[in-house]
Amino acid sequence: MLMLLLVICAAANADESSGLLPVIPQAVKGEACVEPTDVMRRDHMQFLMHQRDDTVHGGIRGAKHSLVGCIDCHAQTDAQGAAVPVNAKDQFCASCHRFAGASMDCFECHATVPAGKRASTTLPAWMSPPTVFVARTPSTGVD
Amino acid sequence: MAGAHKSLADRSRRRFLAKAGVAAAGLAAGMRFIDFPHANAASDPVTGARRWGMLIDADKCARGCNACVTACNDEHGIQGQGRPETDAQWIRKVTLRDNATGRETSLPLMCQHCEHPPCVDVCPTGASFRRADGIVLVDKHSCIGCRYCMLACPYKARSFVHEELTDQKPWSPRGKGTVESCNLCVHRIDEGSGRIPACAEACAREGHKAILFGDMNNPTSTLAKELADDDSQELRADLGLNTGIRYEDL
Repeated sequence: MLMLLLVICAAANADESSGLLPVIPQAVKGEACVEPTDVMRRDHMQFLMHQRDDTVHGGIRGAKHSLVGCIDCHAQTDAQGAAVPVNAKDQFCASCHRFAGASMDCFECHATVPAGKRASTTLPAWMSPPTVFVARTPSTGVD
Repeated sequence: MAGAHKSLADRSRRRFLAKAGVAAAGLAAGMRFIDFPHANAASDPVTGARRWGMLIDADKCARGCNACVTACNDEHGIQGQGRPETDAQWIRKVTLRDNATGRETSLPLMCQHCEHPPCVDVCPTGASFRRADGIVLVDKHSCIGCRYCMLACPYKARSFVHEELTDQKPWSPRGKGTVESCNLCVHRIDEGSGRIPACAEACAREGHKAILFGDMNNPTSTLAKELADDDSQELRADLGLNTGIRYEDL
């Protein structure tokens, strides 16, 4: 049993040093999250899903489980003062979701940086501008 | 790792038990259980007491002026991809010409926020819906992008997002694979600060004041008074949709 524990501890240490565990950046503002950390880790998706229905259908804005609120506190700022999208690699949302192997669709529609902040130029691969294919005019065979 | 998870679970269990104890004490003291769902609500849900609408005066709408369209695009982060056939369009300028007399009228056209919206009737997932205060919206969380609503709308008011988007506005989420249309700047209305939709604001800023926004159900509102006094009309009134957007001097 003791051996097993030692092995587990050693594995955990190896994970941390090899960068396999999520690296969670500290929130840039606010004293505390809207819920205790362990509750948020487990249930944030439930909070967001319930409140989104209240907001979209009931017009209730400004309640505490707001995705905009998450972004406002958790989007980091780079050296140039530009906001880093929360879904960029190693950022608040992406870091854990990558570790957990859970994809998120939120940011296909929702803003990833706080209102009025310029987005950093280091975007994740899927956010890069779409490749433009220029169709070539088919040759008519007559020059 | 295992230890950390166990202590996490322990902590939440302790918190739950503590809350359950408080709740039990509250019930014993005669607290109503119905109070709980309202504890966190920042405001109450919208009701049918209000019906938001607009009166657009085609006489005041200037030909060649595009301020409402530009303002809408800025407000909602709508950017063309250089493909006019598929680019999103929430509001557009239309010029009508009476062939008999040659009289031309200019007007902005957007979602008419019908009381009986055909887009809602045809939606297979319930994503297209009419809010209690009369605003017709798409809940993009449940929109599957089938585009039935686009076919059903007699005003061609809806657009489909064909391409991946970036730099959306926090107050106006938009994304590939969903249908969208004028939402009457619902984020401004919900603020309750009296800000009017971006198009109406821009039209007034340009000095035309062709778009009057307000509550159709409130008899003391300027909109309700104008609707009562003036000869306004619905577009395609024959369909009996009872639109929230009315026009005069067409």
